[in-house]
Amino acid sequence: MKLPRWFHQLGSPPYVYRLAERLAPWLGGLGLLLLAVGSYWGLVIAPPDYQQGDSARIIYIHPQTAYVGMMAYVVMAVAAGIGYVWRMKLAHAVAVSAAPIGAWFTFCALITGALWGRPTWGTYWQWGDPRIMSEALLLFLFLGYLALRGAFDDRDKADRVTAILAVVGVVNVPIIHYSVEWWNSLHQTSTLLAEGGPAMTIDMLIPFLIMFAGFTLTFYWLLLRRLQAEIVEREGNARWLRDWLAGARNE
Amino acid sequence: MSEFFSMGGHGAYVWSAYGITLAVLIVNVWLVRAKRRSALQRAKALATQDEVPRKQPTVRRLQ
Repeated sequence: MKLPRWFHQLGSPPYVYRLAERLAPWLGGLGLLLLAVGSYWGLVIAPPDYQQGDSARIIYIHPQTAYVGMMAYVVMAVAAGIGYVWRMKLAHAVAVSAAPIGAWFTFCALITGALWGRPTWGTYWQWGDPRIMSEALLLFLFLGYLALRGAFDDRDKADRVTAILAVVGVVNVPIIHYSVEWWNSLHQTSTLLAEGGPAMTIDMLIPFLIMFAGFTLTFYWLLLRRLQAEIVEREGNARWLRDWLAGARNE
Repeated sequence: MSEFFSMGGHGAYVWSAYGITLAVLIVNVWLVRAKRRSALQRAKALATQDEVPRKQPTVRRLQ
């Protein structure tokens, strides 16, 4: 199979490093701006929920951070799979970069969920609840992936072995998503993907979606910056990196 | 104003959820910067070493 040229370009560390350098400021700037606007809208402008009152304002951060955690896992698994199959080192660098950010967002989703659960369900945590357990498993998959990496001195070997864990663990992502439909859970079903359209009014839906975009862009901003550092670590003494550093010093 | 901060009695939950999320974002930015700094420092140390550079593989420039 002949692979398209952009595929080869995306395998070139200097190309990707420069691409990231150009894209990152836009992603970060726009992402943080959307988060600021969305938070103000969600906390101040949007009305309280008719059943849950003001505690429902956590809906502008909890599903979004959970979504980004799952998206980070998919990015990690796809990148690790590509790295494994095509032996592309840069893909492994993407997988390694996505893992800690995904872990942090998943941690954030669990904490915000607990803080929402207390006033709504009367409990911070429920052992055995399918949504909470599968989301906690996601956090442990990220942490397990990172811990397993730490067990290898040889980076190439770590890349290949942890790629298998990353790819196998991806089955947990649909399980998290459908857990509230397949089993009885304390957790409410999806508000956005409810039958017959989003189950919220437009003045709640707008900040809800703004925050989705904001967290997603912020994730990719962090990912690109982390990837750049990872590339520098991996490339070590490469000619292009020396030239780049020399150029950056002279500017 | 105090009504706004009390969030109908749920202020402690709402504000700590937003506060922790903000803290997680700040920690992530800080961690990335620290990683970037240490990686660049090591690369610069390598680049300024006076040893004979290792042989580089020949690379063709992508068009």
